[in-house]
Parts: sequence; C-alpha cells; structure tokens
Amino acid sequence: MMQKDIKRLSLILLFAPFALWIFLLIVLPHLGMFYISVREKVGPRMYEFGLGNYINFFAEPIYWNTLIRTGSMSLLVTALALLLGFPIAYYIAKIAGNRTRGALFLMCLIPLWVSDLIRAFGWILLLRETGIISSSLQWAGVINTPIEFLYNDAAVIMGLVYTVILFMIVPLVSTLDGMDNSMIEAGYNLGGNGPTVLRRIIIPYAMPGIVSGCIVVFMLTAGSYLTPILLGGKNSSWFTEQIYDQFITRYNWESGAAFGFLLLAFTSLVVWGGLKLSGQTLNSTVAKS
Amino acid sequence: MQSMTENDLATTDNDLECVQVRKHFGSVRAVDDVSFEIPKGSFFSILGPSGCGKTTLMRMIAGFESPTSGDIRIKGNSVIGTPPNKRNVKMVFQHLALFPMMNVYENIAYGLRCAGVSKEVIRTKVHDVLERISLPDVANREISQLSGGQKQRIAIARCMVLDPDVLLLDEPLGALDLKLREAMKIELKLLQHQFDTTFVYITHDQSEALVMSDNVAIMNQGKFVQIGTPQELYHNPSAAFVAGFVGDTNRWAGKVTRVENGAVEVATEAGLTMRGSVRGTGTPAVGDTVSAFVRPEFISAEKTGASDKPVDPAHNVINGKVDSILFNGANSRVLVRDGAGELIEADVVLTGSTQDLKPKDNVTLSWSPEQTMCFKA
Repeated sequence: MMQKDIKRLSLILLFAPFALWIFLLIVLPHLGMFYISVREKVGPRMYEFGLGNYINFFAEPIYWNTLIRTGSMSLLVTALALLLGFPIAYYIAKIAGNRTRGALFLMCLIPLWVSDLIRAFGWILLLRETGIISSSLQWAGVINTPIEFLYNDAAVIMGLVYTVILFMIVPLVSTLDGMDNSMIEAGYNLGGNGPTVLRRIIIPYAMPGIVSGCIVVFMLTAGSYLTPILLGGKNSSWFTEQIYDQFITRYNWESGAAFGFLLLAFTSLVVWGGLKLSGQTLNSTVAKS
Repeated sequence: MQSMTENDLATTDNDLECVQVRKHFGSVRAVDDVSFEIPKGSFFSILGPSGCGKTTLMRMIAGFESPTSGDIRIKGNSVIGTPPNKRNVKMVFQHLALFPMMNVYENIAYGLRCAGVSKEVIRTKVHDVLERISLPDVANREISQLSGGQKQRIAIARCMVLDPDVLLLDEPLGALDLKLREAMKIELKLLQHQFDTTFVYITHDQSEALVMSDNVAIMNQGKFVQIGTPQELYHNPSAAFVAGFVGDTNRWAGKVTRVENGAVEVATEAGLTMRGSVRGTGTPAVGDTVSAFVRPEFISAEKTGASDKPVDPAHNVINGKVDSILFNGANSRVLVRDGAGELIEADVVLTGSTQDLKPKDNVTLSWSPEQTMCFKA
C-alpha cells in the first residue's frame, strides 16, 4: 500500500512541472484571450458577450487579406526551406564523412547563436540602399544609382528562409540518417535511375521528416514578427503586425485577441490540410523526431 | 591460386566472368587479382572470413564499386563502366533492403516499373513470382507484417521478377535465427533450381556454402585460395588455409623427420610422431615445418584394450585419456588429452549404452596417414 502511494506521489511530482507549464503558460492565457476575444465593447468599461470582433475581421478585407498573404508567403518560405534544406540534409546525412558531418551540422547551428534581431540587422546592413551589396554593385559599375533591396517581399522571404532553415534540416537529417544506405543501392540495383530513386524511395522514406520540418517551419514563419517587420518595413503586412497594432497601437485588446485566435485557427487548418494531403499523422511526424 | 581463365575464354556459356579483378583502397588491397568464371545456372559461393574482400568483390559485380584493374563480364560482355541500374545483375542485400514504405506488391513491382513494363504485365508477373515462391496471398501486406523467412523470399522474388542473368546474395541468412537459417538453406537451393538462374552467394558461414553450392571459392586476404566443389574443398584442400577454414579439423604444427614418395613423417612441437600425406604446393624436405590436419571423423577412438581386432600397423596410433564428451546426437565428439597434453577431437557414436566412452577412460586413437593432410608452411 505504502509502496503504491510513493509511486503515485513520485509520478505526480514528476508530472507536475509539465502540467503547470501547460496549464499556466498555455491553457490559462488562451482561456483569458478567448474570453477577451468574445466580448464586445459597447461603451466605456461596458462590455457584452458577442462575436463582433470576429465578424469585424471578415468584414474588413485588409484584415483577412493580410492573413491570406501571411499564409501564402509562409507556405512559400516553407517550400523554399524544404528545397534548400533537403539537399543540405541529404549531404550531411548520407554523403559527408563522420567528421565533416559534425562540422557541417555546427555550421547550420551557428546562426542560432546570434539573436534574431542582430541577424535581421545583419541583413539590413547588406541590403539597404547604402548597404554592402548596393555599394559594391555601384563600385563594379553594374548599376549607376544606389538600389534599395530592403522593404520588399523578396527580402522578407529570404530573411525568413535563412532564419528557419535549420528547423527543416534537423528533422530531415535525423530521418535520412535512419535510412539504410543499401536501400538506396537496392533502388539503383533494381533498375531505377537517380530521379526514380529520389522520387520513389528517398522522398517517401523521408516523408515523416519532411512533414515534421514543414510543420515547424510553417508555424514559426506564420507567427514570426521581427524579421517581416525589419526587412519588410511598412510593406510587409504580416498578420502578426496587425495583432501587434490592435494590442499596442490601438489598445483594442478584444480585436487583437480575436485576431490571435484566427491566426491559430488558420495555421492549424493549413497544417491539418498538409497532413491530409501527405497522408501523414502528427504521431508519425512531429512526435517522432 | 587456381586459375580457370586460361581454359576457354571464348565460350559464352558463362553467366559471369571476372578476369584479374583488383580493387585497392589506398595501400589496402581489398581484392587482389581474382579470376573466376561461373557457368550458366549454377550456385556459386564465395566463402571467406570477415574482411577478406568478398563484399567488395560483390559490390564490384553489382556496379557499386569499380575495379582498380581487371574485367568483369556478364554473359560475355564487359560491364566495366556500366552503371548499376543498367546491369542485369540483381542483388539480395545483407539486411534485404526491402522498401518499408511500399507493400509487398509495390516492392516487387518497383523494378518492373523502372523498366517501363505495362500495368497488366506487371500484375501477372508479380502474381506469378509470388506463386513461385509459394507466397501467393501476401501481395497486399506491409513489409513489417512479414516473418523473417517471408521477407527473405520477397527479397529474392523482387530480384527474380526481373529475370536477371546473375543473382548476388550478400549473407542474406545472417539475420535469421538458427532454425530458420537451416530451413532457408534448403529453400534457397530449391529456389535456385526452380528459377534456373546463376546465384552468387557470399558468406562467412562454411556450412551455408557447402550445403548449397555447386562450386565454392575460398577467399582470404583479397585472393581466391581455391575454387572447387564442396567435396573437393573438404577432402582435397589445396592449401593449409582451406584445410583449416573448411570443416572442423585437428591441427598440428611440426617438423618433417622422414620423406618417402608422397608420404612424410612429422614430429609435432608437442612431441607426437605421425605419418601423413603431402598435399598442396611444394614438397617438404626433412627439417621443413609443416602443418598437419586430421578431421575428427577420420579418427577412431576405442577404449584401450576393449577391441580384440588389431589396429592397422600403418595407422597413426596415439593413447590418451578422455577429457570430455561433447554430446550432440549423431555428431557427438570426444575430446581426448594425449600424452603431450594436447586435446584431440574425434567423432564417436554414443548409443546410450554402458559401453560408451566416459570421461577419464583410457582410449586409443588411430587414423590413417592418408587422412593426415600435411602442408608445407
């Protein structure tokens, strides 16, 4: 009896930090947010229950346009990160020798040592009108007048891909690492050429890693704030910026909270759609790596 | 080194020929001047200890490595420079390498799809090959739902459906448990007969090689030491390495004390004297060091004084004491400690009666000089 109680107590103690974390930092704030999002301001300090904040969002095209734009740009960033990350991950997992592998992995990690903010300023140094790229192009005589590379979608996408690619590479390396080399050789041996082996064997095998990397990258991108603001300036129209505006600039917490929930719902929907399309489940992807 | 290439290069009856194939990794000679030819429809094994270069040789035949020098011919045509996917040589990998994301049908159909075969033909071919490996109902199973033996057969079917000139098998039985391995040995041999395709089987397990093969090549340190039928290798090894590697054997090192036409008298280091026949290359002279091998089944062990039949005077005779009995049914064995303190293994028949040998019994071991194979060291 005693033994059983001790066991149960230790289980509770072990579980407590996790439960507290989930409850205090995730469930509770979201409940509060949700509560704020479903009340409408009818007068000074006068509120009543209603879905007005949500209706507002759909009534104003600029809001949902921004959300769609954020979603599609995030998908593009995810696709680019996958396209760039897959060969890198493949090289690290399958081609590089044991010693170079560690060095390469470290090289992918190094950018994370530097804060987001500093990295974004680094991009600004390179891309602004008086920045390194513009002035060296001028010096080489390619262009006559300085060019502003900042504050456009390309800059935002580039900066985001750079920030998130590591989160694509890590799960890809770990799935590709688990793939027996002889499976690739068998693919060739049975008559497949390079593209066939890639399409029929390597990609299907790496699918859990691909999907889990894509989910993480998409969530990070859609929820990112610093990079789109700093590199995109006023033109970035990132949805997180709208949320920030509602909370801070306009002090409209009700609307901001509703936007927050809409972003959460939207990204969840996209992830769900992606999982359905690729025939994977959360269990077989994110939970695995 | 036995070379068979000089005989008849022109014949195209050989499915696979290797001519003086070498593979060097830096200063390491993984495969060193290997030549052999395999006639159509035979079961050929390459047997050697780990690290002898047999896997490298197989990877060169499959096209995953290219030889430093030499030629590999399939059906008489050189395949040097042909990429692996263009060679009609299929391979069963050590861990089978079945594709886990495809089911059985897709695994077998993969090669046919790569070859651009039409869907109907693929369907008939896949069902046909599943029929032949007597697993007609597994087409829609996932790989993880198969047993070890079934996986094995699917891996073979996946290759055989493509009708290869040569099927390479890289120790495919290594991962199976003993009982299944024994059953698969017989099954592989039957499959080879049924498909009538040349099998090249790589293994370090001599019993696999001996049971299944028409011909076996013994490989050591990158070279082929001897090629022959299992019986030839067992009874007429051409080198000390083969005698020691193939089958169980008692081994002595000693010096020659007398030589007379093909027979020698050897004094072992421990002080035994025995007569033996000279095998392999080189005729030893008096004073040369030799290795002497006697297989346990050729040594007869009798309780001293139990038999009234006199021992053949030409035989080697040694008296000793039974150290222990290794009971294994029909393959039972005694370990006998001789006067010099060495252990000698001899096969015995244990019937379970009181007449059986027991530990500490005094025994007389005898064997014929013919069965004492002496190799010049």
